Amino acid sequence: MTDALALLRDRFELDERSLARALDSALERRVDHAELFFEHTTRDSLVLEEGIAKSGDVHVEQGVGVRAQAGERQGYAHSDEVSVESLRVAAATARAICEGTGSAGPVALRGAAVPGRDLYPVGLAPTDVAVEEKRALLDAIDRHARALDPRVRQVMASVVSELRQVLVVASDGTFAADTRPLVRLNVQVVAADGARREVGYQGMGGRFELARLIAPEAWQPLVAEAVRIAVLNLGAVPCPAGTMDVVLGPGWPGVLLHEAVGHGLEGDFNRKGTSAFSERLGQRVAAPGVTVVDDGTLPARRGSLNVDDEGTPTQRTVLIEDGILRGYLQDRLNARLMGVPTTGNGRRESYAHLPMPRMTNTFMLAGNDDPEEILRSVPRGLYAVSFGGGQVDITSGKFVFTANEAYRIEDGRIGAPVKGATLIGNGPDVLLRVSRIGSDLELDRGVGTCGKDGQSVPVGVGLPTLRIDGLTVGGTEG
Amino acid sequence: MSADGRELVASVLEGLRRAGAHAGDALLVEAESLETRVRGPEIDFVKQARERALGIRAFVAGPGGLSSANTSTSDLSAAAVERMVGATVALARATAPDPAAGLPEGGFATDAPELGLADARDRGAPVEDRIAAARAAEAAARAVDPRIVNSEGSQAGSEFARVVYGSTAGFLGGYETASHGLSCEPIARANGSLQRDSWHSLAHRLADLESPESIGRRAGERALRRLGARRVRTQEVPVIFDPVTAPSLLSHLAACVNGYAIYRETSFLGARRGERVASELVTVVDDGRLPGGLGSRPFDGEGLPTRRTEVLARGRLESWLLDAYSARKLGLAPTGNASRGPASAPSVAPTNLWLLPGEGTLEELVAATPRGLLVTELFGMGFHPVTGDYSRGAAGLWIEGGEIAHPVEEVTIAGNLGAMLASIDAVAADLLWLGRIASPSLRVASMTVAGE
Repeated sequence: MTDALALLRDRFELDERSLARALDSALERRVDHAELFFEHTTRDSLVLEEGIAKSGDVHVEQGVGVRAQAGERQGYAHSDEVSVESLRVAAATARAICEGTGSAGPVALRGAAVPGRDLYPVGLAPTDVAVEEKRALLDAIDRHARALDPRVRQVMASVVSELRQVLVVASDGTFAADTRPLVRLNVQVVAADGARREVGYQGMGGRFELARLIAPEAWQPLVAEAVRIAVLNLGAVPCPAGTMDVVLGPGWPGVLLHEAVGHGLEGDFNRKGTSAFSERLGQRVAAPGVTVVDDGTLPARRGSLNVDDEGTPTQRTVLIEDGILRGYLQDRLNARLMGVPTTGNGRRESYAHLPMPRMTNTFMLAGNDDPEEILRSVPRGLYAVSFGGGQVDITSGKFVFTANEAYRIEDGRIGAPVKGATLIGNGPDVLLRVSRIGSDLELDRGVGTCGKDGQSVPVGVGLPTLRIDGLTVGGTEG
Repeated sequence: MSADGRELVASVLEGLRRAGAHAGDALLVEAESLETRVRGPEIDFVKQARERALGIRAFVAGPGGLSSANTSTSDLSAAAVERMVGATVALARATAPDPAAGLPEGGFATDAPELGLADARDRGAPVEDRIAAARAAEAAARAVDPRIVNSEGSQAGSEFARVVYGSTAGFLGGYETASHGLSCEPIARANGSLQRDSWHSLAHRLADLESPESIGRRAGERALRRLGARRVRTQEVPVIFDPVTAPSLLSHLAACVNGYAIYRETSFLGARRGERVASELVTVVDDGRLPGGLGSRPFDGEGLPTRRTEVLARGRLESWLLDAYSARKLGLAPTGNASRGPASAPSVAPTNLWLLPGEGTLEELVAATPRGLLVTELFGMGFHPVTGDYSRGAAGLWIEGGEIAHPVEEVTIAGNLGAMLASIDAVAADLLWLGRIASPSLRVASMTVAGE
């Protein structure tokens, strides 16, 4: 983590005195809080299709964002040019639009107040791995997928590496640096049988060395899964429509939690009173036994951070405990305005964006039920194993998520695979309908990206096998 | 456009040649932006930025084709740019040669049509004016009804961008473009339940924006009419899409006529060019030179002139949308639809894409529908281009006896895009540009609405 500090100092040639001066300048008209966010990010990708690694990409992004807060107001200015002069101009802009009555005083930087932990140490940065190694991986994936099934017509695979270095300097003395590696492998297969075509997709990743993805024992099962799903869906029948009992498989279906309750528990919506969960702390919002947490401290996970994008160490926050709503996710601004501590969930897509309360890794703790017994308990319904993505209307609480691997349940047994369909529900009551919680909590494979207000950030989700009574399934069959 | 921009792009092209590239191109985008959000009378935030980004593409000759790489940097110091040029060529050498890779062979844009992409007078517009506009929209929404009690805010934004693109094929061009927006997202409350909705306007010129009062009023009315929404029972009924939701069907169509989806065989329309794939009421046009169009520009991401392309003519599938690469893969000519930002390789995207208006109003369409659903909002990502299968979350208004009966929420609508396009049995005249893709209201004869 100290690398980030050294790099930003060396790259931008800024010392602590000039940083403190810029903050003093941002505070001149008495704002509550002022902050500088420096970033340098390198991202590369290599894409294979039609059996050849066609194209490589490298993108370098750097800049600084200057923020001033007074009351509920925020002024923000950002620039891709990082210099003492650009900092001065940005700070003046930020404070000019943000006059307030906060307490001003000379800024004293606290020194490297970083947590004594690194959740994602890497020896070799993924962006430093030779492109030839990535190309060999993609070539091997292509051969492996085609050998698995003759119905495989197209293979698209990509490997994406990122190294993000950030430094947060704030008027309360915060001085936190973080170096964040992120890798991802995507495999998409098109299978054909006669005129019918289907796609199977699988991905995995996290904050770890690329070597972990390059190992055959990591990518071979992933490729096999993508092929299996494409071929399975060639035989899928139309999905039923209407309200029925739904069993969600473990892992990635945790996207349900992310959409149904996670967003609605973000501090900004609750401070403004625009969430279906506003003013419901202490109330029952889920069935007994349902405990949901957001945890940014899981080692090497895609949604984890040593510190959030405001320099606050991340933590484990209990959102729902045994069915009772216990907490919201907070950034500095909303925590201050609601009179509670920040939970280390202030995140932003880049230096060009204002932080907001965002999720990290959000999951439900395991229960006691045997997953197979849960399936046997459903006379007729839907078993949804994998999802594409979801969305929520925070205010009405309505959320959707789209299954891309699902089966009918008939007499407690897994029946025919059905075509993908959207499931829709109401966030504040869907978890009240949970009737069984499996003992098999799994986290997803590290592919989640969350969008809010036009900003994307990497996140994780997790779920044990779960039975929900009465969810609306958007198929076409009566 | 700054002379600096042209010089920088020209120097990158020269650098690529020196570094041994067979061909290459460069895109420079310089932008200044302003964004503000107001809730009630209070300012939430004001955000200002200056940004520049340079995208570089290099082609290197290899056995049987060209290998390529794309890079971008926001560090435009001479040393950083020189380093990036070298890195681009080195990376291109490490990728596999592709017989279809390369710049367009010719036919580059030579004209500079006046498309109304910016108004010089808007540059000096003070931030206070935009804050005032957002406040006015906010006030208008709350004035609609006492049940409009809160909001996610009203947002105003402006961006001025200068784009310079050049390639080793001899093209060097540029243009300025601006975009201005104003949106309002109020919240209505009754009987302890909350409903939000929104309205917005987008334009190249400030003067072309809908008034703040009108935006706020429409947003307020839309949120208000959702109060008391409920589910309906699962059934098959006609579904009407309004000018807010109908463009999403064209977005799905665009994904299925995209040249990349065609050569990859991932579009359900892949084998159907020249065939009737939609109702005779459906004519869909892409035109990158529509005056004032939000997707208008004089040339595409590879320097080819933008143009008018009929995608569907009275239901017949006439053309794919293509850039140089996908055109070469399919043995066709590019359609000027290369889309490119500094940090992305060229891909295909529609410019201004719309469904030609028919006759009548949305009200007449509702009156002619004995029972059905008028969809005013769609969410989720339930469309599969490879099969056309469609299933999305919806909210809207229930129609009974040709009249609006009550608001609807927590339902899905499902079908197959092929069958939906073929069964469009009415298209109204109310074409409305809310973005780069636009459509009048239309009715699909039958879809499955899933609810209770």
